Parts: sequence; structure tokens; C-alpha cells
Amino acid sequence: MSVGVKEKAAGWEPLIVAFCCNWCSYAGGDLAGTSRLTYPSNVKVIRVPCSGRMNPMFVLRAFQRGADGVIVAGCHPGDCHYSTGNYSARRRLSAFKRLVEFAGFEPERFEVRWISSSEGDKFAEEMTGITERIKALGPNGKMRDARWQKKA
Amino acid sequence: MARTGVFVCHCGTNIAGTVDIDQSVEASRGFPGVVHAGEYRYLCSEMGQDLIKNAIEEHNLDRVVVGTCSPRMHENTFRKAAAEAGLNPYMLEVANIREHCSWVHREMDEATPKAIALLRAAAAKVALNDPLDIPELDVEKRALIIGGGIAGIQAALDIAEAGYVVDIVEREPSIGGRMAQLEKTFPTLDCSACILTPKMVEAAQHPNVNLITYSEIDEVKGFVGQFDVKIRQKARSVDSVKCTGCGICWEKCPSKAPSEFEMGMAKRKAIYVPFPQAVPNVPVIDRDNCLYFKKGRCQICAKECPPEAIDFEQQDVVIERRYGAIIVATGFDQLDPSIYGEYGYGQHPDILTGLEFERLFNASGPTGGKVVRLSDGKPPRNVVFIQCIGSRDKARGMNYCSKICCMFTAKQAILLKEKVPDARSYVFYIDVRTAGKGYEEFQRRAAEEYDVAYLRGQVGKIFPEEDHLVVHGVDSLSGKIVEIKADMVVLAAASIARCDAPEVGRKVGINSDSYHFFNEAHPKLRPVETHTAGVFIAGACQAPKDIPDTVAQASAAAVKAIGLLSKEKLQGEACTAEVIQDECSGCLNCIAVCPYTAITEVEIEERHHGGTLKRTVAQVNPSLCQGCGSCTATCRSGSINLKGFTNEQILAEVDAICL
Repeated sequence: MSVGVKEKAAGWEPLIVAFCCNWCSYAGGDLAGTSRLTYPSNVKVIRVPCSGRMNPMFVLRAFQRGADGVIVAGCHPGDCHYSTGNYSARRRLSAFKRLVEFAGFEPERFEVRWISSSEGDKFAEEMTGITERIKALGPNGKMRDARWQKKA
Repeated sequence: MARTGVFVCHCGTNIAGTVDIDQSVEASRGFPGVVHAGEYRYLCSEMGQDLIKNAIEEHNLDRVVVGTCSPRMHENTFRKAAAEAGLNPYMLEVANIREHCSWVHREMDEATPKAIALLRAAAAKVALNDPLDIPELDVEKRALIIGGGIAGIQAALDIAEAGYVVDIVEREPSIGGRMAQLEKTFPTLDCSACILTPKMVEAAQHPNVNLITYSEIDEVKGFVGQFDVKIRQKARSVDSVKCTGCGICWEKCPSKAPSEFEMGMAKRKAIYVPFPQAVPNVPVIDRDNCLYFKKGRCQICAKECPPEAIDFEQQDVVIERRYGAIIVATGFDQLDPSIYGEYGYGQHPDILTGLEFERLFNASGPTGGKVVRLSDGKPPRNVVFIQCIGSRDKARGMNYCSKICCMFTAKQAILLKEKVPDARSYVFYIDVRTAGKGYEEFQRRAAEEYDVAYLRGQVGKIFPEEDHLVVHGVDSLSGKIVEIKADMVVLAAASIARCDAPEVGRKVGINSDSYHFFNEAHPKLRPVETHTAGVFIAGACQAPKDIPDTVAQASAAAVKAIGLLSKEKLQGEACTAEVIQDECSGCLNCIAVCPYTAITEVEIEERHHGGTLKRTVAQVNPSLCQGCGSCTATCRSGSINLKGFTNEQILAEVDAICL
């Protein structure tokens, strides 16, 4: 029996790791807070300076350690604080997503979104959206490292 | 082993309302490396900071985690506090348990575990923090102002008076901007030109101010203190040094074109100054309409010009200059109301926008200062003003209030009554908004003394009938349908962001709101700064604004720029990339992705089988690196790391969050 089925039975809640660039998406998340919007607490944000900083290794590590979904959020194309970081991110991460799919993993578990610092509402929507999609998809059983035990 | 202290802030009830503080503190005690955990009502207060400082000494802490608001808010506050207690300021991490936790979740059993996860991630990260040095950077003692309207002029004069050289880059042939187009200003009815032109002249004559008119920004590179800017000075076809501004050329020029300054309501010559008080008073040749440039014949201006200043061969010049600070003051555009079919704008000469109507009052305007109908030249008897054209219009996604329209409409109605005593004004409005010193009184005067009828409601249709316009509207207070036979209709078209604002923002590095107005760094506390250090904003490019607010903001931006320029050295970015040269394979992919040309190739010597070997590797210049980290993700061998956001730190956060 896979990990997923067992957990689903016991009121399973997905874990979503969100990597947000400091200048747009993290600030968008701040704005969601200041505007008192809500999104599921399944989402936990890790701040990176730029979406261009995102090494696909970070995403793999999150899945390996038991994340059920990962979202990378950066400035809109053209609006990167560092002018071109999100373009590198776009190329690298879309190639990565295809690779993940090729390896037999559900590509829906990994998303890239552009959220500006003024889009608090979009931040909340995207975070709610991915949580709902992952809930429907069920737990990540394929890429989880069995040696990495989830603490009770 | 790390000796980490964790401090959790209640933020009054902002955090404590949805996060169980005691539970979070208790959980923090169990994180690896944590030797002390505490809480306080307001950690950012002086008492709160003292609590951290004392704990650092008492428990011999070597690193700190604070669970507070966003690091974008108070990271620096706490870094300073840590530094005052003798720690390197970068030995601190912030867990954002307010904006990203207590404010977005409603239930305590939901927010508390998340807060603990975020604290755990911060503790895991901080355990791997290294002390970082802040590099010192030079400051070029020169400011650039983009936009020569009243905001740009005011900021330039303030900076110049403080003793720094400042360049104003203006796209049009003259500085002056929107304010130069106005006849009078509310609520004092000062003549706009009378208060603006002395400032324009002052700017032109000030030894510290350089006007670079008829020019645009091509490229901005660099960073605070050292922006390298390319300015394209368009070919004026007139030698600015030789020209005396006598005006013979534009008198003699046979070719006419619609005047941009008059918004197409009047003609100008192909060689022209946009308006009589132009500064500099040097004409430009509009090459699209000049007979010589079009057909190769004419040259009358060159023949007539006494100082022989006409230069048909002139080319665009790119000026490259370094600046310490940049102020963007590019102003606003007026919405083209023809997107609203019901108002018939553009289909009838007597339906004007507010700015167009303004020009009719001006002595140098299209009608020579006579307020008359453009259709038949007769003075209007009934004028209907319609407010909020494109403002406060949710259906079209233009939710904001343009702020100035209620007031300029009241002003124009008063001016109209003074010019045409038997004229009657009707104003259709949603709400009359008159916040500002003397504004309410002014608007009341319009309604009470100048016989302006204010009708709360909207207009559904305007159509021509015989020699007048029929305005169909609703007076929502009486609930009646109103039909007015109007001689003229004036539409208070919304103030919108300049059409090229996104492009300018991209070049300079300012992000915008959903209406393309530039974003300030903080809506209340940092109103003129942007998220790009050293770049400031002033005036209506940030949001619709009247002249007093614009001038105040311009002076504020100037002070910020002066503060920056007055520093001998600036503190640079501490979180920069670093190449582990022993591991670098020299593929140099990092050079291609670096937006700051901060990476160069260098040759190193290595000992190899007893001899030495020369090898090419990458090297980061820390004073150019801004810490985006693109290079680290590009590096195949993983031999570049970003200080403050190392691979190990981010992975530690991932691990801690996934526990």
C-alpha cells in the first residue's frame, strides 16, 4: 500500500511549499496579509531573492522530503527586479517540469506563477488554487524518500 | 554548534490573536541549535529590541530568529539590534508569522502549526548563516530627473540648491509639462504660467541644473550611487548654442501641423516651440512635416535665420552619464474619452475634454483666450460638465478616483462665468470630492456664487440637434430624467498613467500598480522611494495628484536624493554571489545570465602533478553583484553560491518545513 492511500484515510492535508521571489511574489504575499485575504495554511513560503535563484534541486528536495505540491512565484516577465532573472527561471523551470513529467511524476504538482507585489488577491487565489488541485490529486507518493520519516 | 535565540512577537493581537505564542515558544525550544526562546508584545519597540540584545549577552547567543512581521518591514530593525549586541547583522533570520500566517489564517489550530513550521525553517536556516561584510560603494554626486514638469523642476531646484549637479531629461522640446497647459490653478485662481514660468527660467539659469530637452532615456544600468544612463538627445535640427530664439524661423515656415501642446486644436509650424514661454526657447524641426525633409526643397528657415543656427544635418546624440540618484517624474496622460460611445467625443467639435477646454481660456491657446464653440465661434450659453469619465468605473476596470477633476471642473465653471457672464454651467457628478486646503470653500463658491448647477447623476447619451447638443441624463436625487440643451460639453476625462509608463518603469526598475502608475516602496511610510534603491518617484506618475501634492512630493524626493548624494560612501549588497574557484570548471555560463556584468573570467594558477597549470575560472565583483542568484542556478558544478541564500540554507529551510 502506498503512503498516499494510508494518509488519505486519516484526514490527510497536503503540504505545499511556495518559493517566492523577494521583490514581487513575497511582497504579494505580504499584501495578501495586509489585505486580510485568506488562503489555506497548507502553503508555506520560502523566500528567495529572485525566481532566477531557483535551482530545480530545491523543488526535488521538497518532493523528496514529503511536499505534495511546489509552486515557484516570481515577478511578471519584464518586471524582474534584477531585470532578467525570471526569464532564466521560466526557461529552466519549464524544461524541468517536462523532465519531471518524463520521469513519470505528476507535473500538476509543480507550478510556476507570476505574481506582482500589487497582486495580493492573485497570491491568495493561486495558493488556494494549488492547494485545492493537490487535494484532489492526493498525496505525493512517487517522489517521497521513504528514509525521510514524517514526524508524528 | 549554533547557539540560537528565538523571539516570537505578539504584535499586540495581530499575531497573538491567531497564533498561540506560548506553544510557538515552547516548540522553538526544541529546534536544533536553539538555546533560548522568548516572546514579547512588540518586539520592534525599543523594549523589545532591548530584550533581544540582553538575551544575546545573557545566553551568549551567536544567532537570532525573530518571529514577527514580514522581513520587508522590520528585518533591518532587528539586524541593527543584533549588531548593537555585538553580532554580525546577518546572523539573524526573520520568520514571517504575521503577513504570511496570522493575517491570512483565521483559526488558531491552523495558524499555530504553520507559525511553528516557519520558525523551524528560520532556525534551520540561521544555523547555517555566516557573518557577512557590507561592501562600501562610491556615490556619483549627480542626480538625474526624468520629466521636466512641475515635479521635475521643483525637485531639480531643490537638489541644485543643496549644491549638487542635476540633469533634467525632458521628452518635449520645452520643460513645463502639464502645468504649462493650464490657464489658472485651483483654489486660488493663480495664473498657472505666472507661477510656473519663473521656476522654469530659474531651472534654466541655475548653474547646477542642466536641461536636456527633446531627449529620452535609452538605457539605465548600474545601481544606487552609480547608475549608468544613456540619454538619447533627438536631433533638434537647430543649434541650441547659436539660436537666439528670435522666432523668425517659425514665422516664415510655410508648413503647418497639428500642435501637440494644444492637443490638435490648433496648428503649429514645422519648426516650432511648443508654447510661447518655452524653456529653452529654441525651436525644433518636426522632420515628418518639414518640406525640406519631406521633399528636399524649402530651407526658408535656414535662409532667414540671422545667427545661422539651423542645422539640417544634425543627428541624434547619445549622452552617457553616471548618476548617483534618479527621480522619475513623468506625469500623466488624459484618457481618450472616445472609448465611451455615449458621450460622442471625437464626433462633434463642441464635446471637449477638461484639458482641451482649459486651453480655450488661455490667451495663447487655439482661440486666443476667447471661450467660444469650436464649431461656430460663438460663446457658449449652456455648458455641461460630466465628471468621472473613466474614473470610478468598475465596469471598465478603472476603479480609482482621478482626484483633480471635481476641482478643475469647479474652476472652469467659475472661469467660464467670468469670461461669459450669461453662461450657465451644469455638472453631472457621482460625488463631489473636495479634500484639500481651501478646496471645499472653492467648490461651494462655484455652486453658490457662480450659479453652477450640480446634478447628482450620470449622462446616458449626448447627440447633436440643430446647432446644439442634447444631453440626456438622470438626476438621481430628484429621480428625474434631465434633458439639457447644451452649447458645449466638457468631459472630465480620467488621469491615466503615461502610455509608455511600463517601458520607463522597466528601464529604470520601478514596478507599477494595475493601472501602470508607479509603485512607491510603502504606501504610507516610503511614499517617494521605490523598491530600487536610489530611484525615487514624484508627481502624477505615482497616482493622480494636484499641483500642491505634486510639488510636496517632488521636494520630498529631492530630499531623499540629496540625502543619498551627501554620503561619502554607500553600503552595498552583502548577499552577493561567490565562486568557489577550485571547483569552477570555467564554462562561464554564469557570465551570460548575470544582469549586472558582475562576473568576469580570470586565469588562476593551480598546482597540478608537481607543476603549475593555468586555468580560466569565473570571478564575481561583489560591488557590482546585486545578489539575484541567477548564476548559482546556472552553474553546472554548483560552484557558485549566494551568500545569505546559499544552497545549503535553502535546502535546510525546505527540510525544516517538510518535517
